[in-house]
Amino acid sequence: MKISSVKIISLLFFVLSAFYLYTAYQIQVFSFDENAPFNAKTFPIYLGYVGMFLAGLKIILPEKVKEEVDHTVLDYKKVIFLVIIMIFYGLTILRAGFFLSTSFFLLFAYYFLGERRWKLMLTFSFPFVALFVFLLHGLLDIYLRDPFLKLLGIIG
Amino acid sequence: MIEGILIGLNTALSLKNILMVVMGCFFGTIIGMLPGLGPMTAIALMIPITWGFDPATGLILMAGVYYGAVFGGSTSSILINAPGVPGTVATSFDGYPMAQQGKAGKALAIAAYSSFAGGTLAAIFLLFAAPSLSKVSLAFRSPDYFALMVLGLTAVSAFSSKGQFLKAMMMVVLGLMLASVGQDTLSDIPRFVFNNMNLSDGISFVLVVMATFAMSEALTIILKGTDPSRASKAISLTELGSIKLDKNETKKMLKTIPRSSVLGFLIGVLPGAGATIASFLAYGMERNYVNDEEKQKFGKGSVHGLSAPETANNAACSGAFVPLLTLGIPGSGTTAVMLGALLGFGIQPGPRLYMTNPEIFWSVIMSMYIGMVVLLILNLPLIPYIARILAVPRTFLIPMILFFSVTGIYLMSFNTFDIFLMIGIAVVATVLRLYKFPMPPLILAFVLGGLMEENLRRSLLISDGSFSFLWDRPLTAIILAFTILIVSWQAYLSIKRS
Repeated sequence: MKISSVKIISLLFFVLSAFYLYTAYQIQVFSFDENAPFNAKTFPIYLGYVGMFLAGLKIILPEKVKEEVDHTVLDYKKVIFLVIIMIFYGLTILRAGFFLSTSFFLLFAYYFLGERRWKLMLTFSFPFVALFVFLLHGLLDIYLRDPFLKLLGIIG
Repeated sequence: MIEGILIGLNTALSLKNILMVVMGCFFGTIIGMLPGLGPMTAIALMIPITWGFDPATGLILMAGVYYGAVFGGSTSSILINAPGVPGTVATSFDGYPMAQQGKAGKALAIAAYSSFAGGTLAAIFLLFAAPSLSKVSLAFRSPDYFALMVLGLTAVSAFSSKGQFLKAMMMVVLGLMLASVGQDTLSDIPRFVFNNMNLSDGISFVLVVMATFAMSEALTIILKGTDPSRASKAISLTELGSIKLDKNETKKMLKTIPRSSVLGFLIGVLPGAGATIASFLAYGMERNYVNDEEKQKFGKGSVHGLSAPETANNAACSGAFVPLLTLGIPGSGTTAVMLGALLGFGIQPGPRLYMTNPEIFWSVIMSMYIGMVVLLILNLPLIPYIARILAVPRTFLIPMILFFSVTGIYLMSFNTFDIFLMIGIAVVATVLRLYKFPMPPLILAFVLGGLMEENLRRSLLISDGSFSFLWDRPLTAIILAFTILIVSWQAYLSIKRS
């Protein structure tokens, strides 16, 4: 028997709701609030039960139309690359600074998505980000931590 | 009311706010034209920008984006039969055949005039309905608000799920779960933070909107290999022809517009129903109203068939502001995003907004008129040029959307944890989208989560822990009866289908 992906997602949702409910019961409330009609864990407890009930219904009830996705036509590779470079962007934004990390993020993203016009790629990365930094820092007075630009003496 | 209108005009007609309406309409049109990217993405990308403005200006900008996106969606529906937003699907039924007959300019003009008339008439209805409803809604108590929120969430799930009510309700629960992360508002007790300081203030609304809409839509486009800019390339190459309408066409429009406006506005006011349902209903209603000869033209380039959905979808957009401004409860995903933004400004929409912040209340209504004029005067003649600007390849478009999403959230908190959390939520949302789990109910639930808990808390404390508050007041009982009706109807439909 093949279990549909929607049922698997519903099962995961059931587990998530069960975990949520367990965590909700673990919330430490003030002793004087323990027997109050409503305290910090009341609403989450209701939510946990409702989540389990809905996910349970979705698992039990028969599916009229099986909604399967044709995975062969989906471009997972590019999405995974994009997610990786976004994580890398997040990791470097404080260390390398906004200017360098953003410019390289854009450059890599263009490349991974299949762009090969280097002149355009370079224009819409380094100069574009420089303009954006100028807008933020120079005009809108929003401070951006950027060790690289600080090293160059562009920002204080 | 006259005083309010003057306050609104004074705020809305300031140079800054007019500029915001123009910018909003222009930007909204661009995003709305791209199939796959709707008004919610456009507004989500705008939120970090609005943070620097006063609340009235921020809301005016977002309202402009909303109208612009609906108008942009109509353009791609008419010219290339690729609706940019679901609310303009019905527009393509007669708009596209008209464009194929070499009357693309005429079709766009009919759509623009109908949108203008529908939006303007609905804004007049709003002008009268909102203050009256504000006064009525002052009688609402916590149990009524709680019941109203349950009704809103159920209705949005029913209407946005396309037969997948259970999936939509699961998304509601997920949204409420995400909203419960962080310190409890009353006792300050941390909940679901797992000893992580970054979660103690809860998850930012902007982060959730950006992740579930802007970022997740960008990832879905890449995953499915679609090219949204292909649409704009096709639009920029289309010969528009004349945009002038003859007497006969104008006469037909004049008959259609009033009835479609009323219908669209009323549908827009209902929680959950929105531009999509309004446009389909208006199309169906118009088909019943016209004579047999005109009926034959439906689907082949009928003026009535194009004018009706266009009038109704814009009227519904204005109608959707009624529950937001008067009750503080959004009726759709898009207005939920606006509510979240307003809460971020420290403004609580609701019956008291009319008294405490009249400049916001009235300036939004007044800016709607300005928005309609901008769309008519500026956007209609500029459509081919806007499309040309938009013919950006997706290799540039997608990284830009991701860049604005990441930067938007980083500039708000300067915390890299938020970036990682946003990426995580976006990946989950992309998978859920793939299996047709709708996102608007999640956003609405996330925005309403805190308010819902607060009203449930008050209701339970007043009734000493008894759930009798659900039927003690007639108003609460009536609202809950509607909720039960919707759930029963969905259950009936499900049984009927199987």
